Amino acid sequence: MNVTEFVIVAVLFTAVSIVGFLASRWRRASQDSLEEWALAGRGFRSWISWFVVGGDLYTAYTYVAVPALLFGSGAIGMYALPYVAIEYPLVFLIMIRFWSVSKTHGYVTAADFVRARFGSPTMALAVAVTGIVATMPYIALNLIGIQAVLITMGINGSWPLIIAFAVLAAFTFTSGVRAPALISFIKDVIVYVVIGVAIFYIPAKLGGWTHIFDAFNAHFKATPPGTAYLLTSSNQWLYITLAVGSAFAIFLYPHSITGVLTTRNRAVVKRTLAALPIYSFILGLIAMFGVMAIAGHITPLPGPNGKPDTNTVVPNLFQHMFPSGFTGLAFAMIVIGALVPAAFMSIASANLFTRNIYKEYLRPEASEREQARVSKIVSLLVKVGALLFILLINPQFSIDLQLLGGALILQTLPAVMLGLYTRWLHRGALIVGWAAGLIVSVWTYYVTPNVALKEAHWGGSGWSLSHLGLHTDVTLYIGFVGVVVNLVIAFAGTALLRALRIGEGTDQTAPADYFTDVADTKAAEPAVTAGT
Amino acid sequence: MTQVPRSQDPPSGALVHPPRSDHARWNWLLLLPIVLPLLTFIYNRETPKLLGFPFFFWFQLLFPLLAAAVTAVVFVRTRARNRT
Repeated sequence: MNVTEFVIVAVLFTAVSIVGFLASRWRRASQDSLEEWALAGRGFRSWISWFVVGGDLYTAYTYVAVPALLFGSGAIGMYALPYVAIEYPLVFLIMIRFWSVSKTHGYVTAADFVRARFGSPTMALAVAVTGIVATMPYIALNLIGIQAVLITMGINGSWPLIIAFAVLAAFTFTSGVRAPALISFIKDVIVYVVIGVAIFYIPAKLGGWTHIFDAFNAHFKATPPGTAYLLTSSNQWLYITLAVGSAFAIFLYPHSITGVLTTRNRAVVKRTLAALPIYSFILGLIAMFGVMAIAGHITPLPGPNGKPDTNTVVPNLFQHMFPSGFTGLAFAMIVIGALVPAAFMSIASANLFTRNIYKEYLRPEASEREQARVSKIVSLLVKVGALLFILLINPQFSIDLQLLGGALILQTLPAVMLGLYTRWLHRGALIVGWAAGLIVSVWTYYVTPNVALKEAHWGGSGWSLSHLGLHTDVTLYIGFVGVVVNLVIAFAGTALLRALRIGEGTDQTAPADYFTDVADTKAAEPAVTAGT
Repeated sequence: MTQVPRSQDPPSGALVHPPRSDHARWNWLLLLPIVLPLLTFIYNRETPKLLGFPFFFWFQLLFPLLAAAVTAVVFVRTRARNRT
């Protein structure tokens, strides 16, 4: 075990945890309503929300998995760049509508909106369950990020992981969304220092970028099927559909929705979305560590299951390149980077349970106070579940499940995102389309063989069109295939159900609700955030 | 949290035009940072290199910067209209 690294990580983790507990005093308010505990009174202004949403979306797993994909698969791993670049212009106009209608009616989750828009608690339940199922493995993956650091430091017990998550669970319980919000400031300062140094220091040590890319190219040209650093005719469409699918999916995830709803007004939403690509640029630089790792002859360390774990590539690269003190800081970046999204994700999925399952089906008369209490408890359970997932089940299962999770959450696109623009779609058709999209996503995932592990099924996100009997080597993202089927059924089904004049439910929203800004609701708002 | 009560909506089809809208010509500019990164045939090449980076890598690293620039322009240009 490397003592210097461990001490630095432990000290920074403790500091961040104290901040997490103290966060409940920040912009002081009672934590007895979801409005405060889960959304911080919808009061975050521009600078804060940039840190908050950025801290929320860019997870520790992203930091290790994106370079790991480049390291393991070459050019296709770069799909993360178009993905994180297009997501913000893509949702720029969509999210302000979502913010407005949620502000007007006090929605806390995307499912709240779907319920009111389409008069369908069932479709809302579908959105809620999809959100929870997609988020659980995502929380687990943040633990994998921490675990990769622990393995690299030479710590093989599970006790540090349990302690880290116990502390995280405790401050999320007491401080709600304010805790990850404050911690995200510290996280980002460390990220900027570490990446700013590493992006110049490591290439200098490795002999320059030309050498690094030559080594990368040579490595993949020698590895069958010889991808090198360009896309092939077979994975080019996979690249495009992965980028588009992931870009839509990210803003359907419950934790992104929660992040957007913590903002103060429409201008803050827009300004935040305009500034978030800065994080994407940083992620692009982080992706380059996967390229550097090949030039640096880094080998993945064995993971908990004994097989080489490519997630250890980035921590291992840092450890090989930096003196212990700086490596400790870089490791702290990954560990703290895991805490912020994990807190957001557990809060967001707890809200889905409380609002769209507990209040909807179990206790419709639940008060604000009771809802907050249920969410707090569920946020604990969700984290325990994620921890058990990692400790008891093969971590590869979480990785596979998270990959599938992106495809699953994408199936809520017609109800949530198209729903913001049109009421034409029928609730019955939306439900059938959603179910079909899920089935197609799971099926396309199932029939894809895993080349690396030499297994016949659950091979990855690229589904070959040859399954349809076409003579082509083109592959597409499973979630994309699912959502196309989903949309076709939603539209055709709506036409059919409308022709049959089947009841379409009541729309509780009015057209003007989608343009509400904070000034419009001032009068209707109780005095919330007293003090700062 | 208060749920602002809304009057019952008119049946769909008879909707009145909303008093405000997000429509603006500047919004079309958003298509640029969305579409360009998806045109792999433009950047799926090795040269010209920049500072040792193959084209495929350095060109894609510009996408986030383009996204930030364009969304910022659209935000500034449409801001005045929304302050009603």
